[in-house]
Amino acid sequence: MMKTFTKIKGALIIGITGLSVMVILGIIAIILVVVIIGGKSQFSWEFLTSFPQDGMTKGGIFPAIYGTVLLVLIMSVAAVPFGTITALYLTEYAKENSWIAKTIRFAIRTLAVVPSIIFGLFGLGFFIKFVGAGMDNAFLGGRLVWGQPNILWASLTMSLLTLPVVIVSVEESMKTVPRELREASLALGATKWQTIRKVVLPGSVSGILTGSILAVGRGAGEVAPLLFTGAAYYLATLPSTLHDQFMVLGYHIYIMSTQSANVDQTLPIQFATTLVLLLLTFILNLIGVVLRSQIRRKQK
Amino acid sequence: MKEIKIKIKDLTLHYGQKLALNNICLEIPDRRVTALIGPSGCGKSTFLRTLNRMNDLIPSARISGEVLIDELNIYDRNIDVVNLRKRVGMVFQKSNPFSKSIYENVAYGPRINGINERKVLDEIVETSLKRAAIWNEVKDRLRDSALGLSGGQQQRLCIARTLSVNPDVILMDEPASALDPLSTSKIEELIHQLKEQYTIVIVTHNMQQAARVSDYTAFFYLGELIEFGKTKTIFTNPTIKQTEDYITGRFG
Ligand SMILES: Nc1ncnc2c1ncn2[C@@H]1O[C@H](COP(=O)(O)OP(=O)(O)OP(=O)(O)O)[C@@H](O)[C@H]1O
Ligand SMILES: [Mg+2]
Repeated sequence: MMKTFTKIKGALIIGITGLSVMVILGIIAIILVVVIIGGKSQFSWEFLTSFPQDGMTKGGIFPAIYGTVLLVLIMSVAAVPFGTITALYLTEYAKENSWIAKTIRFAIRTLAVVPSIIFGLFGLGFFIKFVGAGMDNAFLGGRLVWGQPNILWASLTMSLLTLPVVIVSVEESMKTVPRELREASLALGATKWQTIRKVVLPGSVSGILTGSILAVGRGAGEVAPLLFTGAAYYLATLPSTLHDQFMVLGYHIYIMSTQSANVDQTLPIQFATTLVLLLLTFILNLIGVVLRSQIRRKQK
Repeated sequence: MKEIKIKIKDLTLHYGQKLALNNICLEIPDRRVTALIGPSGCGKSTFLRTLNRMNDLIPSARISGEVLIDELNIYDRNIDVVNLRKRVGMVFQKSNPFSKSIYENVAYGPRINGINERKVLDEIVETSLKRAAIWNEVKDRLRDSALGLSGGQQQRLCIARTLSVNPDVILMDEPASALDPLSTSKIEELIHQLKEQYTIVIVTHNMQQAARVSDYTAFFYLGELIEFGKTKTIFTNPTIKQTEDYITGRFG
């Protein structure tokens, strides 16, 4: 009696978990298939390397790719050092239960759950209206240069969004440096800073890279924060300074599917753009995962 | 009695509320091997780590009393802990080489002292490895990763690393407990050679080892120093019953 009951329960659990896995895999497969079939006819080297034409009903998406890559780069340059320093403070210097460490951790957790559109509003209010306009007034006699949406403010806004993920993953990788190695260094008469520089950071540098790539990969697909801070509908030229606007893949998809003159006609372009965005994030994630598994192997 | 290197006066240590060392008074002779023995949890490691202030890293540890090395109290306000640890080296139970080359492991200490000249480093690395009796085994593979060495070799490398900064005192916390008999005897031989130049304090669970390598022995029990004396005396003719019970394995 009891036995058959446990058996049924076991079968049920296997069934339910198996089913959810199937559902998830199925959804991913459907997305991929739809996107690939839909975008196949458009996807070409030409498509990747040329500008949109005829009111974006024809041509390629090069400016959006360029903008996305640039965005990702600037945002990494801002988020990774800043996140690393914060993580360094939290793991190495802050006392676990001091109010300042608790406050920082609380702030990070909060930052991580803030909806991305709010980051966009914050970027608009802080970077553009406050910092940017302030710079214009102070240094350029009020000429409007920095006080409007551009790639710098968009990237910085985005780096705030990814900061919690960067901090947490850097912290994780610093914690994997064994206490024994820190002790060995200190016992040789190394200072704390020497120990961090010569033992802790080298021991976690690949973890820092991995975490950063994964965090950045997540940021690359975000659109909401860019709406107010620098993404443009269409630009005939590539951004050449930090105070230029830029095109970006995610936003481009949104525009093409909602504001285009002829949504149906541009469907293949939309699918192909989606495919490019998927590929880009996929490649970033792949690099991250491969790096991570290699570190794991090395640590054994 | 020989000259005294380390003088411990009324040393008491708490981890939070827990008393780990109670009023220890002990004089450790210069250029001799002193063994610390006692059952697990009696405070041997804790005591050893008070001698180079490694317990400073544990936030809950509170210390009172004095530890004088060459007549200088290392818990004095104006003592530079970093300098102290250069004079009092430490070898850990689990060998812990950095994931760098063999050469860089030994060069680590000199480098943090600002020595960068190739020639000088080469020489320090060679003498340290020779003193740690591992030179012949690694001299052709100095650029290889230290993690490729066997456990026993790694431990001798760690000893070489400790020697590289030229300490006068070497603390060893069960340095051979994770090693096979052959590696263990190599380490013991090494300790024997090292005591000509260094004051060595070694924690061990192995009574034969204590008897073989040490000149003096301190027996700890429940955070107290029960008995201290010449190893020969402690092992053949202890004055206190607890010591005798422990040494003969009749402990309970
Ligand atoms: N970081 C710590 N925080 C709190 N208590 C500790 C800490 N380290 C050690 N203790 C406690 O202090 C006592 C002495 O520990 P210690 O490690 O010095 O013993 P030991 O003699 O070296 O034992 P073993 O032979 O097992 O290595 C033990 O009761 C232990 O639980
Ligand atoms: Mg111990």
